[in-house]
Amino acid sequence: MGKSIEVHNLTVSYHSKPVLWDVDFELPKGKIIGVVGPNGSGKTTMLKTVMGLMKPDSGYTEIFGQPLDKVRERVSYVPQRESVDWDFPADVMDVVLMGRYRKNNLFKRITKEDRRIATEALEKVNLLEFADRQISQLSGGQQQRVFIARSLAQQADIYLMDEPFVGVDAATEDAILKLLRDMKNEGKTVVIVHHDLQTANEYFDWIVLLNTRLVAAGPKEQVFTKELLQEAYGGRLTVLSKLGDLISDTEFPLREPDFKEDQPQD
Amino acid sequence: MFDLVLIKVLFGTLLLASSSAVVGVFSFLKGESLVGDAIAHALLPGVVLAFILGEGRHPGYLIIGALTAGLIAHYGIAFIEQRTKLKSDTAVSLVLSTFFGFGILLMSYVQRTGQGQQAGLERFLLGKAAAITMMDLYVFMGLALLLLLGVALFYKGFQLMTFNEDFAAAIGLPTGLIRFAFTVLTVLAVTVGIQTVGVVLMAALLITPSAAARSWTSSLPRMLLLAALFASAAALGGTFISATLPKMPTGPWIVLVLGFFGFSSLILAPEKGWLARRKRATSNRNKTQRENLLKLLYGAEERAGEPVAMTADAMVDAREAHYEGLTMTLRNLKKEFLVVERPDGFALTDMGRSEGRRVVRLHRLWELYLTERLGMAADHIHPQAETMEHVITPEIEALIVKELGNPEVDPHQSPIPYEED
Repeated sequence: MGKSIEVHNLTVSYHSKPVLWDVDFELPKGKIIGVVGPNGSGKTTMLKTVMGLMKPDSGYTEIFGQPLDKVRERVSYVPQRESVDWDFPADVMDVVLMGRYRKNNLFKRITKEDRRIATEALEKVNLLEFADRQISQLSGGQQQRVFIARSLAQQADIYLMDEPFVGVDAATEDAILKLLRDMKNEGKTVVIVHHDLQTANEYFDWIVLLNTRLVAAGPKEQVFTKELLQEAYGGRLTVLSKLGDLISDTEFPLREPDFKEDQPQD
Repeated sequence: MFDLVLIKVLFGTLLLASSSAVVGVFSFLKGESLVGDAIAHALLPGVVLAFILGEGRHPGYLIIGALTAGLIAHYGIAFIEQRTKLKSDTAVSLVLSTFFGFGILLMSYVQRTGQGQQAGLERFLLGKAAAITMMDLYVFMGLALLLLLGVALFYKGFQLMTFNEDFAAAIGLPTGLIRFAFTVLTVLAVTVGIQTVGVVLMAALLITPSAAARSWTSSLPRMLLLAALFASAAALGGTFISATLPKMPTGPWIVLVLGFFGFSSLILAPEKGWLARRKRATSNRNKTQRENLLKLLYGAEERAGEPVAMTADAMVDAREAHYEGLTMTLRNLKKEFLVVERPDGFALTDMGRSEGRRVVRLHRLWELYLTERLGMAADHIHPQAETMEHVITPEIEALIVKELGNPEVDPHQSPIPYEED
């Protein structure tokens, strides 16, 4: 089967305060995986670190057994809908076409093939009739579907989505779920950051429970237990949060300068 | 009458202004309007130093001086933001004022040593297109073309970095290179722009055309084009005015014309403009009044069980409404064959009855929705429904009817009147 994502001893800080402590887990391929935990538990930080958007203080991550840079074209990322300004002058098609941008076509024009793929992606999220619509005029659910269409246009093998179900209507939720299942049936891996416990059990095959540290990771039957959920949602560990404040206040480095990370052997 | 020099100056000004405006579009969209201003002010010491070292104002020296100062300022701001807890606007102001102060100091030094060319230097403060030599003109026109080409080349990168930087980084675009290219283009744009408006007013040339253009379009390519057009028009207008009137500086005039474009765009812009919003408010008021009158007549018929007529006075009494606009609303309703005027007052036509029935239906449906779905008490719902009856579209009406399962009566046990077919 093989691994999709491996996270090794990952510690990440934000404004020099650790928000993830020594997180270590592996995820399988071809599953719908939820990264679940309360607000501020480091879910988004985890995703951003896997995507290379934040630098870890220690540890490393791999996708399909390789560093991100080697497999970038097989990885797709859907940021939080609210992380961008939807008043930006662009229509739906413009945004979906961004999914076709690559390092090696940055200075080239958009091709017919790009347009064809973007059109297909829009069709899959039922937004084709909105292709010319200004993105500022979309509802929350439609905006989310535009982001997912952009991600589909990347034609990747693994999809990392940050809170795709936040603020969407019931119809969009169903549409996204159906899409995720189709993707899984095609052998794709989907990793979703999700904060809602109510729906997590229904949506995902596999769950990573986080609360600034790893609480559990595994098939949902094993992870979705009362004890583990209580541990994840029962507040942060007092020692960790005190220590984090201390490190932030004293600007103490998280690893000694001459510390050697066990790097993966190529 | 049109001598070659004037045409060249005009053409040059046009290129200079439009190229700065095009680069400014991205700063504007990023919400970094002030950064351009800071860089413009920060260029001054670089420009003056280049003037001293270059013993004159060969454009090559100027460009190198400006570029160096601009880049130092830009990375200085970024450094302060990263390494200290200062907010971005503070970092920008800090760099802006320090560099500008240093520049002014250098300028007064040049003035005191009496190099006799300080008139040439002063134009960097407020700009003076007429003082441009042919040599300058060619160099800066070349730069302006370079800027336009740069934006065209980096279009995809700038667009994505402005809209969603994380995504650009996630797909592996060279974000460092794109950001650096943008910084260089901004500094060059400012270098070019201060030839026409000077350091102090440079922010206007970068940002105002974008603000004006954004009012008219929601497409990035069209916005770039419009910003360039606004800037060109302002540059031409400003140059023309300052050439016609004696002793008038170019820069302030260009900026004033730009300001005129900016403010009139805010007023006239479709949908978001002040005028459009006022129109919408009026049209909402009119819609409310006409629908209320139809509802009133429909209600009277409902109670009487037969068609009735009401005079304008009776309408005012019944609704405790005001006379304002009533005559006009009634006249419009008549014109649209929704009511007819009879000797004893106004009565509904079939079409008007159907419209009145629709408003009453929406009112009662919404009252029911509020009690059923929002758990509101029956004595609280009327004022809410008074507004919503004018807002709900047929699409939403269908949703409500479906969700409530084709209800027959509202919370007050009044029948919900559906259209008989």
